[in-house]
Amino acid sequence: MRFVVNNVPVELAEAAADLTLLQYLRSQQHLMGTKEGCASGDCGACTVLVGRKGVDVMAYSTVNACICPLGSLQDCHIVTVEGLAAAPQEMHPVQTAMVECHGSQCGFCTAGFVVSLAGLQLAGGADLAEADIAVQRAAVIDAISGNLCRCTGYRPIIDAGLSALKKPAQVASFVQNWVPYAPLAGIDGEPARAYGRNLSDGVSDYWQPHTEAALQHLLVEYPQARLVAGGTDLMLEVTQQYKSLPQLIDLNRIDSLCAIHISDDEVVLGAAANYSTIEKALANLSPEFVALLARLGSRQIRNRGTLGGNICNASPIADAPPYLLVMDAELEIVDSSGNARRELLTNFYRDYKKTTLGVGEYLARIRIARAQLAQPLKLFKITKRYEDDISAVMGAFCWGGQTSNEFKIAFGGMAAIPKRASMTEQFLSNTEWCVAGDVDEEILAQACDLLHSEFSPLSDVRASAAYRMAMACNLLKKACYEFAAEASGKALETRLFSHA
Amino acid sequence: MRRIVVNAELSPATHTGSAAGGVGHSIAHESAHKHVQGTAEYVDDLPLMPGTLFVATGQSSKPHARIRALDLSAVKSAPGVIDVIVQGDIPGKVDVAPVYAGDPLLAGDVVEFIGQPIFAVAATSFVEAQRAALLAKIDYEELPAQLTVEDSLAAQSFVLPQHQLLLGDPEANIESAPHQLSGEIYVRGQEHFYLEGQISEARLTEDGGIHVISSSQHPTELQKLVAEVLAIPFHLVVAEVRRMGGGFGGKESQAAPLACIAALFAQRNRRPVRYRMPRRDDMIQTGKRHDFLNRWKAGFDSDGKLLGVDMLLAGKCGFSPDLSEGIVDRAMFHADNAYFLNNARILGLRCKTHTVSNTAFRGFGGPKGMMAIETLLEDIARALGKDPLDVRKANLYQPGTDETPYGQKIEQHVLPELIERLEKSSDYRARRVAITEFNNTHRTLKKGIALTPVKFGISFTAKHLNQAGALLQIYTDGSLLINHGGTEMGQGLYTKIQQIVASAFGVSVHRVMVSSTRTDKVPNTSPTAASSGTDLNGMAAKDACDKIKADLIVFACEHFKITAEQIQFNNDVVVLGEQELAFPAFIKLAYLNRVALSATGHYRTPKIFYDRATAKGQPFLYFANGAAVSEVTLDCLTGEYKVERVDILHDVGKSLNPAIDIGQIEGGFIQGMGWLTTEELLWDEKGRIISNSPANYKIPTAFDVPDIFNVELFDEPNLENTIHLSKAVGEPPLMLAISVWAALRDACSSTTNYQFSPRLDTPATPERVYWALQECIAFNQPGESKALVTRGAI
Repeated sequence: MRFVVNNVPVELAEAAADLTLLQYLRSQQHLMGTKEGCASGDCGACTVLVGRKGVDVMAYSTVNACICPLGSLQDCHIVTVEGLAAAPQEMHPVQTAMVECHGSQCGFCTAGFVVSLAGLQLAGGADLAEADIAVQRAAVIDAISGNLCRCTGYRPIIDAGLSALKKPAQVASFVQNWVPYAPLAGIDGEPARAYGRNLSDGVSDYWQPHTEAALQHLLVEYPQARLVAGGTDLMLEVTQQYKSLPQLIDLNRIDSLCAIHISDDEVVLGAAANYSTIEKALANLSPEFVALLARLGSRQIRNRGTLGGNICNASPIADAPPYLLVMDAELEIVDSSGNARRELLTNFYRDYKKTTLGVGEYLARIRIARAQLAQPLKLFKITKRYEDDISAVMGAFCWGGQTSNEFKIAFGGMAAIPKRASMTEQFLSNTEWCVAGDVDEEILAQACDLLHSEFSPLSDVRASAAYRMAMACNLLKKACYEFAAEASGKALETRLFSHA
Repeated sequence: MRRIVVNAELSPATHTGSAAGGVGHSIAHESAHKHVQGTAEYVDDLPLMPGTLFVATGQSSKPHARIRALDLSAVKSAPGVIDVIVQGDIPGKVDVAPVYAGDPLLAGDVVEFIGQPIFAVAATSFVEAQRAALLAKIDYEELPAQLTVEDSLAAQSFVLPQHQLLLGDPEANIESAPHQLSGEIYVRGQEHFYLEGQISEARLTEDGGIHVISSSQHPTELQKLVAEVLAIPFHLVVAEVRRMGGGFGGKESQAAPLACIAALFAQRNRRPVRYRMPRRDDMIQTGKRHDFLNRWKAGFDSDGKLLGVDMLLAGKCGFSPDLSEGIVDRAMFHADNAYFLNNARILGLRCKTHTVSNTAFRGFGGPKGMMAIETLLEDIARALGKDPLDVRKANLYQPGTDETPYGQKIEQHVLPELIERLEKSSDYRARRVAITEFNNTHRTLKKGIALTPVKFGISFTAKHLNQAGALLQIYTDGSLLINHGGTEMGQGLYTKIQQIVASAFGVSVHRVMVSSTRTDKVPNTSPTAASSGTDLNGMAAKDACDKIKADLIVFACEHFKITAEQIQFNNDVVVLGEQELAFPAFIKLAYLNRVALSATGHYRTPKIFYDRATAKGQPFLYFANGAAVSEVTLDCLTGEYKVERVDILHDVGKSLNPAIDIGQIEGGFIQGMGWLTTEELLWDEKGRIISNSPANYKIPTAFDVPDIFNVELFDEPNLENTIHLSKAVGEPPLMLAISVWAALRDACSSTTNYQFSPRLDTPATPERVYWALQECIAFNQPGESKALVTRGAI
């Protein structure tokens, strides 16, 4: 396996399949600027930039090194905080801005912030430099959404991010400075096996197939292997439970699983497409969903995490499934012989953490009809913290408008699986709950009674059962108020934030 | 013997030479360049010595149990394991408690919380140690466990005796007051969540001693405890701390067990040992901010002025005393916050629970005491139909009504003027009107606003800790090296010390190096805590500077045949009557003339005392003050909210470094906001902490910072003779965040037309705000009594 760390090309023949990028950087490259704060992708102290060859230029994105398997980085350019400056005596504009704005106190989180802000410069710095200050501020906050700081209160870090955005030319020159040192153009290998190692208790392999055919072959050959796409959940088994994952099959390099196709009839999302890619592709087609993605996880997580992972994990509190349920999303599931079957997401979840996915099967693509995407949609996510938190309740509501009146409702956090509220849906679809822009409170009260009969949520660290139940009802009400107001052209302020 | 020359030019505390980047300048943190380039070293970044071992501990899975049998055979035979120890393997002292006994390094026959270490493993890698620690077979005989403050109160089970403050005759004055109210609030604790977890590395010295490098706020205690645990003299142990990746009180007493276990393995195996706690273990095994149950009864007049207050503050201490004596004391000392209580009884209880032993956290009890009085004053305001700000102002300490419940008189009355200024600059009254208008025209969104003050006592309440030492050396190239007893955890202490030393000699800060805090350089240090780091160590450093400077002046007078008045240290130059010498040249000349260029400095805080028997004294040298106005909008359908705007005016005396002070204020505020809003510590019914990772314990993110965040310094000199007349700033700003909680309650109360204050325990998560709103809806129901609502009783 080949990659570049800062300006140093690396050839690596042997490593444990579950070796993380952070472990590698600290123990083998002795690059100590990248820190472990939580080893779970929640704090961002380990943020590094990963560059992959795009259409013609390198495309850099920030990732949490602590839960990123090194094997997924074939042909990549890894930039750590030590590699940002063009020369040893110089500093990157973000580094200078952080000093000038007093953006560090204890300093432990600082490198992560610096890399996240440098990533923002690379991804959109030049465009942002021209943008409105509110847009810039939102972009800076989004870039550091996965970086926790316990000392500064963030204000000086946000200021540093804004200040660095004023220096786009300088930033561009830094990128150019990297490339001559990084002989990435020459790296174009495609060994399916990235690397492996003989362990005392067996062989450890990291596979990175480039085609679905190769994937299917590996599924037959290594039935015990785990599939990894972003690794944002799977790798927690390694870093939190100290488990060993000796056989990993990486889905990141299979174009047909990563691609997004948009036709006149439908949107087909590759199961291994990461959230950041989906955000760009669906920005105009489903702005509500794209806005929700901003709260699904930090920028670092969205650069790695995938929709397929979110679905197949079958967590009752996953954010995307309620949305996909009301979209009547269809899954394309393929087995190791290459046979495909299609299944509505509604039928996919059997029980807590159980799906219809059989041995040797994988989720390949998710299909949504364009007609569905066009319908009025409301997504609400209830959490303790607004950003980067797991849902207590996630509600998705879709209404066909006054002509069809078809009402679709799905919840996360309300049952053992993400679930449609079919009785309540049926009741509202057959009832005139909205008359001339006014909501009939009596009917809504009846709908809430039905929700009570359909769901019996649990109490846990995120919320009490009673609050969850109350939220299910109130989110339905909120959706109805908004649908009704929009249908009648009224202005109604019901939101603290513009979205989700 | 050193001759001390008393010289009029030198003695005023404020004398400084002009120095580039010296006192009063907003220079960057001394490590800022290293921070941003990733070259600042933390313990885990040190190059690994050959043969280094890694540690994990085996933890109790029961809150209270007797260990019947402990089978460690699988642990010992696990891959990579080199050594396993239990309590019986400790050669010296088993108890590593900071003050009162009760914290065994490893549990003996009885365990008292889930997560308590029972044994420790040293292995050749971090993962091997962690995996091995899971392999023990432990047979428990479960014992009854008390898990909550209520359990402890019911059992009357406390880790330390109760303490009471008494001022006047509260019973009679509450009884005879025109109005009475009683109430209760439960204030939850807080996880420190320093970004760098607990860590210590121990290296054996050739004398059989230990060099321990740690992330600790209290190197001297590490030195003492390591020596006691290993049964070796203190002088064989060196504890060193260069910097911490955050401390916040969580590394005052909690760092020591790691150092002791690492040292023990190093001694037994003659190998270096690194003990780093992964985040989850840190969140399970180390103490947090205390929960407090606060109950009160108050009598007041029609203006809302307090006539008498009876208060109970019950802190959830966990299984051992740790620092809970001082923490509950400080809660009691701040149960008045900024207000004259007139007549008061304040009873502090230290509840024993079978949970992790709670510890110091920025504010050290103060925030919890303040929450009691702030809740009470709001309830009074609502009961009387007044703006809470007016009730707060009516009760502020003023000349004449200036006696605290512990007998200290308030001498510098900063707050009346400070609040007046903030009220104007934040446009509080006009915004109050606009908010009422907004609330009248919005059905599901409501706004709230609140201004709350902070008055925070500065000094350790344990008198002997109010001292510090420093060691200054000047080398013949004119460079200076200062060591002191304080530790750097990001707060900027090293930077301020650098500025103080630079100013003393009128040299550029770049000439002054501040290096690691080490117990072999400056001994017998106090923890860097109680906001006192700069007050104490800055004075000690200045004392060392003054001593060397005095000798230099004596030398210069003799050598150049001039008087002391003709000598000035300014801008890297020493003016010697008619001539000038560059500072390095002057220092070299002094060296050639055999002037001592090294000195120790010491400082002890004057005036302070406290008599526990009478519960009276002057525990604080002075008070730091501040106030904040917060505005919030909340969604009544969900309880979600947004902090829209915050204005802060804070008193740091004469600022040593305005940028660093503002950093402390903003950071403290946001940390306090997290404590009161999204950070929720939760245990299940079995006593297991379920908020055990950043996935389920949510500290604020950049998104939570209000878009409008105005912070200003109230730049008035301290009346006490502190270092350059500055004031401590570490802890006080945390409590400015009470304004956010009060604004949330204000927004809830708006739904009752401000007639009712719902109960709003903290943290005020969206769920708690939602239930508070439901209480308001119930209040609005026809038939409900609209009389003063009383809740709970003492």
